[in-house]
Amino acid sequence: MNPIVSIQNLSKVYQGGHQALKEINLEIKEGEILALLGPNGAGKTTLISTICGIVSPSSGTVTVNNHDIIKNYRESRELIGLVPQELTLGAFETVWNTINFSRGLFGKKKDDAYLEELLRELTLWDKKDNELRTLSGGMKRRVLIAKALSHQPKILFLDEPTAGVDVELRKDMWNIVRRLKESGVTIILTTHYIEEAEEIADRIGVINNGELLLIEDKKELMQKLGQKQLIVEIKEPIETLSTQLSKYSVSLSEDGSKITYTYDTRGDGTGITSLLQAINESGLSLKDMQTTQSSLEDIFVNLVHDDGGDQNQHKNSKVEKPHAH
Amino acid sequence: MRINFQAIKVIYKYEMLRAWKTLFQSLASPVISTALYFVVFGSAIGSRIDTIEGVSYGLFIVPGLTMLSLLTQSIANASFGIFFPKFTGSIYEVLSAPVSFFEIMVGYVGAAASKSFVLGVVILITASFFVDLKIAHPVWMATFLILTCISFSLFGFIIGLWANNFEKLQIIPLLIITPLVFLGGSFYSVSMLPPFWQTVTLFNPVLYLVSGFRWSFFEVSDVNVGLSLGMIVFFLVACLAVISWMFKTGYRLKE
Ligand SMILES: Nc1ncnc2c1ncn2[C@@H]1O[C@H](COP(=O)(O)OP(=O)(O)OP(=O)(O)O)[C@@H](O)[C@H]1O
Ligand SMILES: [Mg+2]
Repeated sequence: MNPIVSIQNLSKVYQGGHQALKEINLEIKEGEILALLGPNGAGKTTLISTICGIVSPSSGTVTVNNHDIIKNYRESRELIGLVPQELTLGAFETVWNTINFSRGLFGKKKDDAYLEELLRELTLWDKKDNELRTLSGGMKRRVLIAKALSHQPKILFLDEPTAGVDVELRKDMWNIVRRLKESGVTIILTTHYIEEAEEIADRIGVINNGELLLIEDKKELMQKLGQKQLIVEIKEPIETLSTQLSKYSVSLSEDGSKITYTYDTRGDGTGITSLLQAINESGLSLKDMQTTQSSLEDIFVNLVHDDGGDQNQHKNSKVEKPHAH
Repeated sequence: MRINFQAIKVIYKYEMLRAWKTLFQSLASPVISTALYFVVFGSAIGSRIDTIEGVSYGLFIVPGLTMLSLLTQSIANASFGIFFPKFTGSIYEVLSAPVSFFEIMVGYVGAAASKSFVLGVVILITASFFVDLKIAHPVWMATFLILTCISFSLFGFIIGLWANNFEKLQIIPLLIITPLVFLGGSFYSVSMLPPFWQTVTLFNPVLYLVSGFRWSFFEVSDVNVGLSLGMIVFFLVACLAVISWMFKTGYRLKE
């Protein structure tokens, strides 16, 4: 399937010289929910703003449904709804007027029935005649969502939708996101929270310092997360693994003193017992043993801290002391 | 070429709606100040001034007074209209919508110019309570009125795009426009000045506006009417050129 959004070698250097995006390549599939994770200042908002036409790219191309965002900006922008990170709303207009304004900007005819339904879904209907400045922060965020959806976009960008949002709104929001996904809308959201990405996304991308460090299916990521490693330290280093041991998915460290076994915690049997038996039968004596597990959090923190370095640093969790044979 | 009429319509509509809510302030203050000018200049002082080129003083100042309000209000309306969404950040929505800069401009400037036009008419009606107002060339009067509303709304739009704080928004009207209007023959005929100052005044663009506008009422003017018309059209085109340059570069709108 063709990607609905295709980003090629996209870079952005702000006036003043700060490079906020570095050669980003990314293809967003139609109908998926993509979560972009990254710390403050990573470039998430810049990326979204560029796709939506608020920031001009310095180099590279972006197409939305095969329409270039600069040459064919009308066709590309028509498909997009954007909920910005900041509560950027006017002050004196009413909720009802502001969503009608949004819809009109996108060239759509008035549709009171749809807009009423939308406001009801966001529990804003009884506020429809209130001026925007009289709304609370959470309600303003709801209004921003209503504005973004007012023209029935095919692609929805949510820039940190859960910042400053209570449980109720978060629940409403995820319900809306699920409903939109069912109706075929592609959703791209940014967040600082890994659990959020885990909960809702189909794919997860990690951005730091303007670089896309990782982009992967959540399922595959989670599978990696479900994996644990058992590291066995042996007393006398060995050159090669015995044939008996090489039957297992194990690897030997360079100095020959550690054997690492990767297993799936969710499987029926982990295979640890038989592996230990095999080690024993190979005549190796154990010095120490530990298991490690990588969480999405670790992957994230790690990626972000040494910028794409070792992706498999592990959370160390000492388990039972090995019993000497 | 495709035009997003719906977008122009909503920008225009909601800008007009904004004025509607503050209708009283928007109209009351110009009307009151115009009335005050009439009382002070027209009646109190004017009674001691001879007619100027055959027109009583009270009558003579009507076009200038109207221009004074028109210019300041066109600029204020149009600059605020585009500055405020920039200030609150809600401009993101306009920038990310399938609208061209041309459409954005038509919406905002069209609304500001319409408001000024209504204001101009209201001021003339107010004036007619004080003096016996007769318009020699109504079509030309309307043409000058409309062209002035549009070109100074365009100018205000430029200021609104350029300003990145409230001070800058105020400074040009205050420092440049008001003096130009006062020195542009709004309250006197240029022929009343010493020759040196007459020449200086010829560099004041507002002179051409006021003179042409006054001609449409009384058929008296400081400069040739054709020149007046030419100047105002030139100013309008110059503003359009500046705006299209600003849009091309995304000046203070896009990063
Ligand atoms: N208008 C601007 N002018 C100059 N630099 C900017 C501008 N906007 C953002 N930046 C810089 O670009 C970098 C990326 O900013 P961006 O807002 O995209 O980050 P982000 O990932 O959205 O962060 P956050 O999680 O805090 O929202 C930052 O270093 C920021 O300081
Ligand atoms: Mg951001």
